[in-house]
Amino acid sequence: MKSRKLSIPYILWMLIFTMIPVVMIGMTAFRDKAGNFSLTPFVKAFEYKNVFLKSLWIALLSTAICLILAYPVAYLLTKMKKSTQNTVQLIIMIPMWMNFLLRIYAWKILLQKNGPLDMALSILGIHGTYIGNTGAVVVGMVYEYLPFMVLPIFTVMSKIDTNLIEAAQDLGSNGLAVFKKVIFPLSIPGVISGITMVFVPSASTFLVAEHLGGMNDLMIGDVIDRIFLTDQNTGSAISLILMVFILIFLVLMNLFGDEEAIA
Amino acid sequence: MEQNNKKVIVSLKDIFVKFDGEVILNNINLDIREKEFVTILGPSGCGKTTTLRIIGGFVEPDSGDIIFDGERINGLPPHKRNVNTVFQKYSLFPHLNVFDNVAFGLKLKKVPKAEIKRKVLKMLAIVDLKGYEKRSVAKLSGGQQQRVAIARALVCDPEIILLDEPLGALDLKLRKSMQLELKEIQQQTEKTFIYVTHDQEEALTMSDRVVVMNNGVIEQIGTPEDIYNEPVNAFVADFIGEANILNGVMIDDCRVRILGKELRCVDKGFGTNTPVDVVIRPEDMIITTPEDGQLIGKVENVTFKGVHYEMSVRVGKCEILVHSTDSAELGSTVGLKVIPFNIQIMNKLLPISSNTIETTVTYSNEAEQYFEFELEDETVNVPKKYFPEGSRVRIHLPFDALSITGEGDGDLKDVYIESVVYKGEHNEIILESDERKWLMLSDTDEQVATYVPLYFDFGKASFELMSDGEEETS
Repeated sequence: MKSRKLSIPYILWMLIFTMIPVVMIGMTAFRDKAGNFSLTPFVKAFEYKNVFLKSLWIALLSTAICLILAYPVAYLLTKMKKSTQNTVQLIIMIPMWMNFLLRIYAWKILLQKNGPLDMALSILGIHGTYIGNTGAVVVGMVYEYLPFMVLPIFTVMSKIDTNLIEAAQDLGSNGLAVFKKVIFPLSIPGVISGITMVFVPSASTFLVAEHLGGMNDLMIGDVIDRIFLTDQNTGSAISLILMVFILIFLVLMNLFGDEEAIA
Repeated sequence: MEQNNKKVIVSLKDIFVKFDGEVILNNINLDIREKEFVTILGPSGCGKTTTLRIIGGFVEPDSGDIIFDGERINGLPPHKRNVNTVFQKYSLFPHLNVFDNVAFGLKLKKVPKAEIKRKVLKMLAIVDLKGYEKRSVAKLSGGQQQRVAIARALVCDPEIILLDEPLGALDLKLRKSMQLELKEIQQQTEKTFIYVTHDQEEALTMSDRVVVMNNGVIEQIGTPEDIYNEPVNAFVADFIGEANILNGVMIDDCRVRILGKELRCVDKGFGTNTPVDVVIRPEDMIITTPEDGQLIGKVENVTFKGVHYEMSVRVGKCEILVHSTDSAELGSTVGLKVIPFNIQIMNKLLPISSNTIETTVTYSNEAEQYFEFELEDETVNVPKKYFPEGSRVRIHLPFDALSITGEGDGDLKDVYIESVVYKGEHNEIILESDERKWLMLSDTDEQVATYVPLYFDFGKASFELMSDGEEETS
């Protein structure tokens, strides 16, 4: 009973600042400016379907790159001494101590025309534009969310019983087979939570595309940011659609996770 | 001995292992023959699991050779050894079902699918798990998980199966039936089993040969009968079964004195007037009338154990355990008799009569009457005794001058309890410090293989001045 009492503040918080706003967004999404029931906001939201697709594509790409980068890092981390582990984890975490916007500005400066990257590559005779395109947005996103991929994978991997690894070796597995048959399958729950933690915020993020992307790289978060002040109804409708997408994604991920656990 | 005709399949030669500066295995030599069921028995921390892991390839010895089928296999990784292990906590793969767990090794060997299926199903039938193929291993009981682990090792058809306390996590009843099952499986499959346990009964029940280990060394190797009937020392006698272990003196060949009485025995070659340990199993003690007994004592305790009565008889100060199908009356005076053949004489674990320290006084204070000396890098203070600085002193500490309970860090901080043997009156405890061993008496049961502080009571010590420091320097 005691533990339940302790959760009351959290429940109240959720009710006031999460549940009620969600309901309000839902209500606003189905009304026109005058406050009557209407589907116009959804019709208008549909005009942004390309932005939707682009957002999901960028989020997917960023998540995939995060996974490719983070998995080996997490694996190598588990092989390190405890003290080295802590240091490397700290290095991974440090960028997160900086303000989100500052990190984006840093990338902006790094990638801009005549910026450090441009200059360095020019010396080697390579000329190009590194900002104002989808690539730059993905780079920014990967930078933002990489720690959220590394940490859950590392946590799950470091909990794998070393006896299982010895059992696999004992039954004839070399290093590669141990990885393929034991470490990888058992690390999947970490991969799934990493994907969730990266994909969900990156699909709905804003400002990254605005600062690093070009004209066509607007993301759905930026759209909501722009139109909400002038058109709350359409903004709410877009938010609602985004929420449904994310919900579907989470359900899919969970299904996939369960199947993996059984297989 | 039929065993000797069989080929030696694996042998350990002069194996020496150290972890963090601590000796774990000290000069292990062991030959294991084909189709043999060998049990490595010892208290926890004795090095038995490390010995097993050396054969499995998980631990590399610091020195010594592992010979497998005539070939030296030091440094060969586990997956290249024709050996499979049944791990202590089963270590089944949680993401695989029963079938895939058992098939794990065969799949790695690229055995054709149909053959894998045939072999796995056959093995599951042997371990009595027919029909469990599709079950998740997490949903099996402890005994079933154990059998999957055994099947998983056996199906790979290795020369040797290593079993690391595989029944440790099971309850008593299940453990008993699994012991018989394991023995049956071993005979049926004709594999060499090397089994590690701290349970002496398990070792006696299942093994062709038992290897008794303590503190990193092999104390005795022999058949269960040998180990039980002819233990080489008090440690083995105490560890295997119940035993009366008494301090005795070997007067001459076939004549031993225990508890003030001279008895006839059959052992020879211990010299004359040699202090020895004497073991008499409780079932070999015969209760007689006081007139007929070699020893006379008072019955202090009688417990009915089903097959026999367990009685404790006080002879002088010493408690003697007797198993007999006839009971004696509580409080009555009885005689005890042993036939010479059942008196087993053994060399003392530590042949000393007192703990002696020879040292040089490093500091002394005449006014306050104390001196100090260095012992294994620690400074020991001796109160109420004065010798000038630099003098050589021999200190005799009787067994009761040592204790492992007291205030502070002790005179020696971490000593290792190597063995605890009950001698009817007190526990005789052998302690090992960095450079030597100590013998002490205690009335409490101390935990073997733990580290404790050691205190000296110099009030009980006797001192002998060997040379004056000043004379030596001049």
